[in-house]
Amino acid sequence: MANLRFTEQPLSEWMRSGGKESEIVISSRVRIARNLLNRPFPMLATNQQSEDVLNQLESVLQDQRMQQFGPLSSVLLADLDELDKKVLVEKHLISPNLANESRYGAVFISDDESLSIMVNEEDHLRIQCLYPGLQIEEAWEKATAVDDIFEAQVDYAFDDNRGFLTSCPTNVGTGLRASVMMHLPALVLTQQINRILSAVSQVGLTVRGIYGEGSEATGNLFQISNQITLGQSESEIIENLYSVVMQIIEHEKSARERLLSESRLRMTDRVMRSYGILLYAAIIDSKEAAQRLSDVRLGVDLGLIDTLPVQVLNELNVMTQPGFLQKKFQVSMSPGERDMYRAKLIREKLGK
Amino acid sequence: MHCQECGKRPATLHFTKIVNGEKTEFHICETCAREKGELIPGTSGGFSIHNLLSGLLDFTPGSHAHGTKAPENLRCEECGLTYSQFSKLGRFGCSSCYKYFNDRLDPLFKRVHGNTVHVGKVPKRVGGHIQIKRKLDDLRRELQYRIHQEEFEEAAALRDQIRELEKNISEE
Ligand SMILES: [Zn+2]
Ligand SMILES: [Zn+2]
Repeated sequence: MANLRFTEQPLSEWMRSGGKESEIVISSRVRIARNLLNRPFPMLATNQQSEDVLNQLESVLQDQRMQQFGPLSSVLLADLDELDKKVLVEKHLISPNLANESRYGAVFISDDESLSIMVNEEDHLRIQCLYPGLQIEEAWEKATAVDDIFEAQVDYAFDDNRGFLTSCPTNVGTGLRASVMMHLPALVLTQQINRILSAVSQVGLTVRGIYGEGSEATGNLFQISNQITLGQSESEIIENLYSVVMQIIEHEKSARERLLSESRLRMTDRVMRSYGILLYAAIIDSKEAAQRLSDVRLGVDLGLIDTLPVQVLNELNVMTQPGFLQKKFQVSMSPGERDMYRAKLIREKLGK
Repeated sequence: MHCQECGKRPATLHFTKIVNGEKTEFHICETCAREKGELIPGTSGGFSIHNLLSGLLDFTPGSHAHGTKAPENLRCEECGLTYSQFSKLGRFGCSSCYKYFNDRLDPLFKRVHGNTVHVGKVPKRVGGHIQIKRKLDDLRRELQYRIHQEEFEEAAALRDQIRELEKNISEE
């Protein structure tokens, strides 16, 4: 197949503009899970059944109402090598789950990479919208519009009482997972983070590390998502998430102000040391890179560093991941070599 | 006798509560009892319906709750997934699993979501009658309220509205 543009460039089009509250909110994402009526879920489907699902869903993409979202590139997971899959996961264009499930697994990605439609993941259909900054409502509106187009042409597995029927009981009902990725260094530094995150979990939201379930939060990035999908309407889910995120933003902002006013010199020192390490290190592991990038991002947001566009940091967050590094340098690397290439890449990027 | 909460499932639990000499009888199914446990008046403090039910809700193999199949025999006739496979995998095999495992799902959904019934988006093509049903539920609730308030004129108007909607459903 043709070389995948999506795995060549680190920064999706959608990431180039900042979006609302972009000094704290990196991105907003909405995913809705749907299944076709009278077909076994992908976990139990035969090859033939999975192929049929793919064909049926792919045909909906021909609907002229889909044109408003621009051309969609179709990618069959079986056609990709492991590295390309890894990069798509690192860019959040596909889920780790789809990367492992290559049996008629497919993804349809819009040119600006803000829309990706996954087929034969855990559910037959997953519609995902990604936007920069705090644009959770906008992401929902787009996802539901795409959903409407599918729904007009295929019969969904839907039940009056249970709503949209999904493979996992945690998605049933709306099938909606809305997430906001936040950079919260000041709450971590002032040790308020645990208190806030436990409060968040008490209002039906969950907090995860940046690459989803099971992974650790690195670089002070936290993903806040709704946990409840049944018994709340989509607008309630979105509003609840939005209002909690706004409150976290306020806490982070006041923590940043306090850090600046009470310990400006120490903050400057911390930020500049991290900047210095990124500029001159010869070896850096991914954990340290994430932490230093977080410090530098905070420095940029606080105006302590004024020569560095935040876009470069967004780019580096993706480029320093193992898959992208190997893609970029076209060599397979041992973890030790990765640390060297990572440092080299960061030096190049920041040196410009 | 049907459950007085949901009106659908048979009442498997009957008990009498006496508060200050006032006797109240409850007839409910175990699902609703579990769900509405805290909402039943007078059950908080000293008497917990959850304690009463814990025996009934014990799903371990070999236990036989009233009239319900033991989980090891429970399976989805459509895809063949058994209930015990489901509880191990944490995944349904097909949408019919929801139907075959239905009686056991409320406690699970209650635990995961705090809710058991969908109130969100409804697919437009299948949704017509669902919207009407939801509207009917609202009207019936309001009717009860009006009757309770002895506002009989409003109640009569509501009753007519309800009849009209019910006619629409049966004509579909
Ligand atoms: Zn009941
Ligand atoms: Zn099934």
